[in-house]
Amino acid sequence: MSAPSVHKAAAIRLTGIDKRFGAVHANRAIDLSVAPGSIHGLLGENGAGKSTLMKILFGMIHADEGRVEIDGTPVAFRSSAEALSAGIGMVQQHFSLIPAFSVVENLIMGRARGSVLSRLTRKLDLKAAAERAQELSDRFGFGIDPLAKVATLSVGARQKVEILKALWGGARTLVLDEPTAALSPPEADELYAVLHRLRSEGTTIVLISHKMPEIMHLCDRVTVLRDGAVVGEAELAGQALDEPAVRQPIEAALVNMMIGRDKPELPERAPLEGPVILDIRGLTDGTRLGPIDLKVHGGEIVAVVGVEGNGQSELVELLMGLRKARDGMIGIDNHNVVDWPTQRRLDAGLAHISEDRHATGVADTMSLIDNASIGFVDGAPFSGSPLSLSQKQRRIFTEVLIEQHKVRTPSPDLPMASLSGGNQQKLVVGRELARAPRLMIAAQPTRGLDIGSTVAVQDALLRLRAEGNAVLLLSLDLNEVFAIADRLVVLRKGRIVGTMQSADFDIDQIGRWMSGAVEHVATKPEETDPQTLEAAS
Amino acid sequence: MRAKRPDLPGTGTARLAPDMAEAMEARSHAPRAPGAYLALTRDRARTFGGRALIFVLTLGAAMLCALPFILLSGANLAVTAEAFFNGALGSKFAVAETLVQMIPLLIAGLAVAISFHGGLFNIGVEGQLIFGGLVAGVIGAEVNAPPLVLTALCLLGGIAGGAFAALIPALLKAYRGVHEVVTTIMINFIAISVALYAVSPAGPFVSATQPSATEKIPREARLSMIWDGTRLHFGLIIALLTVIGIWWLLYRTPLGFRIRLLGANPGAARASGVSVPRITIATLLISGGLGGLAGAVQVLGVYGRFFDAFSAGYGYDAIAVALLAALSPIAMIISAFFFAMLDSGAVQMQAVAGISREMVGVVSGLVVAFVAIQPAILHLWARLRQKTAQRRDRNITSGDPA
Amino acid sequence: MSDFITLSLFASMLHLSIPVILPMLGGLLCERSGVVNIGLEGMMLGGAFGGVAFSYLTGNPWLGLAGAMSTGALAGGLLAVMSVSLRGDQVIGSTAINLIGAGLTAALVPIIWGIDGTTPSVPKVPTPPLPLVGDLPLIGPLLAEFSLIDIIAFGLVFLVWWVLMRTDMGLRLRACGESAVAADAAGIDVTRVRFIAVTLSGVLAALGGAYLSIVTLDLFQASMTQGRGFLALAAMVFGKWRVGPAFLVCLGFGLADAVALRAQIFTDDLPHDLLFALPYVLALVALATFVGRASGPADVGKPFRRA
Repeated sequence: MSAPSVHKAAAIRLTGIDKRFGAVHANRAIDLSVAPGSIHGLLGENGAGKSTLMKILFGMIHADEGRVEIDGTPVAFRSSAEALSAGIGMVQQHFSLIPAFSVVENLIMGRARGSVLSRLTRKLDLKAAAERAQELSDRFGFGIDPLAKVATLSVGARQKVEILKALWGGARTLVLDEPTAALSPPEADELYAVLHRLRSEGTTIVLISHKMPEIMHLCDRVTVLRDGAVVGEAELAGQALDEPAVRQPIEAALVNMMIGRDKPELPERAPLEGPVILDIRGLTDGTRLGPIDLKVHGGEIVAVVGVEGNGQSELVELLMGLRKARDGMIGIDNHNVVDWPTQRRLDAGLAHISEDRHATGVADTMSLIDNASIGFVDGAPFSGSPLSLSQKQRRIFTEVLIEQHKVRTPSPDLPMASLSGGNQQKLVVGRELARAPRLMIAAQPTRGLDIGSTVAVQDALLRLRAEGNAVLLLSLDLNEVFAIADRLVVLRKGRIVGTMQSADFDIDQIGRWMSGAVEHVATKPEETDPQTLEAAS
Repeated sequence: MRAKRPDLPGTGTARLAPDMAEAMEARSHAPRAPGAYLALTRDRARTFGGRALIFVLTLGAAMLCALPFILLSGANLAVTAEAFFNGALGSKFAVAETLVQMIPLLIAGLAVAISFHGGLFNIGVEGQLIFGGLVAGVIGAEVNAPPLVLTALCLLGGIAGGAFAALIPALLKAYRGVHEVVTTIMINFIAISVALYAVSPAGPFVSATQPSATEKIPREARLSMIWDGTRLHFGLIIALLTVIGIWWLLYRTPLGFRIRLLGANPGAARASGVSVPRITIATLLISGGLGGLAGAVQVLGVYGRFFDAFSAGYGYDAIAVALLAALSPIAMIISAFFFAMLDSGAVQMQAVAGISREMVGVVSGLVVAFVAIQPAILHLWARLRQKTAQRRDRNITSGDPA
Repeated sequence: MSDFITLSLFASMLHLSIPVILPMLGGLLCERSGVVNIGLEGMMLGGAFGGVAFSYLTGNPWLGLAGAMSTGALAGGLLAVMSVSLRGDQVIGSTAINLIGAGLTAALVPIIWGIDGTTPSVPKVPTPPLPLVGDLPLIGPLLAEFSLIDIIAFGLVFLVWWVLMRTDMGLRLRACGESAVAADAAGIDVTRVRFIAVTLSGVLAALGGAYLSIVTLDLFQASMTQGRGFLALAAMVFGKWRVGPAFLVCLGFGLADAVALRAQIFTDDLPHDLLFALPYVLALVALATFVGRASGPADVGKPFRRA
């Protein structure tokens, strides 16, 4: 790949950007030049340094070294608002919209100029603003009602409001951070159309993504980051990308640069057959999920995939007893647990690696010992009676967990917050494994972990499987699903719309199911025999 | 298969992987390196030292901020200080009075602390204390029972009275999500009204001889004196036992663990099977019960009867007592003693140097204020140390002596 | 009994609700900007004391009002420093304000006047009835019960509503309360907006206190606000953080107060001490029965630090 090319008066030019966070070298002497009126891709895995680079561009964090130029002028923004007034708008991964406000209120907030007195006394002209917003929306094909409350909009529409907000503020250059991460394929397609239209009207776009098809579809040029450094660039404009013969070598080269190795081969796994451990029948919460049927056998890892917000969280909450079932049954080891409280389900052999560790997995201010004890405080070995809870036993337990799962900490007495995210997750995984689960619910178990920790967690799940237990894996990362799952089911709008054995894993078909291109093919998983299908591979 | 299934699932006993149990067993018998004990002791000493420092600095900063107002009243500082120490510690009687003051502060402080541990902001301890005192006073005056039985009845009644005062806020919090700050405060004002009414001329429990008070509790049923010639009563023992009890509850029982987990992260508590409404109610009832106990002990130990203004705002000062001790039951013995010193010293200060006793409330408020901003100060301190360390590192690497 | 429910009961309700309405407005501004404020009671006491002290020292009750507002700004500023600038715990910080407010005002009385408890009389704000309105048909007799200062107080309700819901500043303030991160991304100085809102809440609460001390009465007494700051808080919660409904709840508290006062005058056999608990009982009942799951602005209570 070529060295970074130099344009006259690039829309954005970054030179020699370098940033360290303690021992982590997040950006290593990065050069990047974005041509005006183009869509420039920034490709890289999680943790490659893309977000850091963009935060530096917008002045949210300061680079140790390097220069930022906009339209040929050196700048040093102190906030994203300042960047916006220079014509650069950021569309964040996390929505910066206020759900309780209408679209137009979100657009105009903080924008009014003039004296404090006038802003205090003059009536806000929401009507005029709404008209202008409608105009903008029509011009770029957003299809947004400016008076709608954001809380009522779909995720895809919110993403478009974010872009509208940047344009409203006068952005001529847009930086989009993983804009389709939470979108279904049709919603993503709508967004792509908007982006094309924006480019044709002269807007410059930087697209941060780790999705190959998206980059190939949209970008004129792409820069690849790995471990904080630029590892290559490719010109895509003018290439006949419709031709597989042209596209595939470029794709392969980009993937290679991005992950620094070829795609991992699927590991060989012996097929396992066990009794049914999880038996879900007609389960529904009456709103967001179901009714669904699902069986998971001992010795099986079943992945639940789907676009975020299609019932995954509800499924986990129903299984854990944190949400009331309207109808249906949940069988665990032949006991219908649907009316059992959470504690009793845990005692019966359920374990849960939670999706959002900080919300439901750990207590930051409590010690490692306390965090290791979560869910273990009844009965042996820590508690002989309601009047006692053995500190000594809990300490030993925690020390063993720390040792077995290689949690890096100087002492089990420290608060959880003193640990890095990866080490916290290792402790959580260890704690949940220590329950000797019959059924492990692992929700995004490796999100945000480094490679080493990821492998350790996946190995632990595979070990559970090998011991004849059941694992229900909820993951947004299809690579992970392909790597460890025996079977997957696709959730869409709270229903299971497809199921597939690992031998048949087919990303296009999964994509169609996820996006709703194929409506409700309710294949009953229990009708297929995992063993024969496994054997076929 | 690694996991052995219990015969009946969901028996209320946590499951533990057999290999984990083995590893724990092996570890518990393995001899520990002496270094490990040393490290543990060192860690604990460091933690203790840090906490003690924060304690002293918080109190010192609060006193310093209160100083201008003491000077404003035109008092001679030396005279004031002397009066204060004479009042607080100057004689056997002074020490005893300080300890007498400490008793309700300590128990009420525990009441505040346990609710804070559960992430609940019970600032209605004053009301619970009044209810507890009222119930104890009424039982003591109206019930006929052998002395010790009557004492026990009064104490239990006080606890029940305080818990009752916390019941409505507890239910509203658990089932309606109404913030307990608003509701517990409402109870404070209702408690004051009820207490005023109960011993008002038209009230049902007013003494025939003494306005605004109940009849006296028989002397034998009151808490006995434990230091000759002073007013120090058995309540001190009750308070200290309560400290141990609450410490044990918080750190050595499953219920205490649940309370602390609920306070630290309600989401994690729920996900691990903690019934949030149940623990919320339990926490507030225990907290209210302790508040009631503080009132009952005060009635049984000091006054021998309930009267409408018997609480000198102990329930409010208790917030400062609890926060100054960083919610630690053991440290609360020290913080309650300090505030008791302020209380009894203030009496002398008022008499000798003409300084209002209300300054104790100001110091309480200032202590609470400094606790509120403690994280910010610690954060700044950590940043400062980090910067100094960085500068040192740079100097070392560049070979440039500082 | 027909005398019981009269025009003067209605007027009395309006008068008695003012010292709850003003702190309610303050609390509402503060919480809509994202800062919990349970320190209204302490701020009110500060205002009540400040009003009397400045009126006494200057001999001018209007300067007393100004003094009350300054005291309130000081108390609000103190809370703002603790909870906005230093990002301390907002509930603990405002509890400190309550304790300091109650303690300091009581401690300063003997320093200034040399006596404990209740101050002597000071010049009070004159409250002449509004001119001319007495002759109006129907509402004339009612309006005649009010003076300029009352009208201003009720006008503040509208003003706060207008600024909050209809102006750019109000939008900014509400944005800070709903999502500090989003507000910051939109270029709003969250820290400044919150600082100003908290300080203003002090001023409004203090005006409520001063209304008690130098408009209704002419003296200061330790703890004279008797929990009105907390009632204001309850009104705000029950009104779901909206000006109109919260205002109506305040009127309800005013009515309860007025009825309790009436009952004291008209009857001997009712337990007065219990009747004074009426507004608080009412508040509890209201919170228990009507509110459902009450939740304030999405970001209330969370200190904001830029990433």
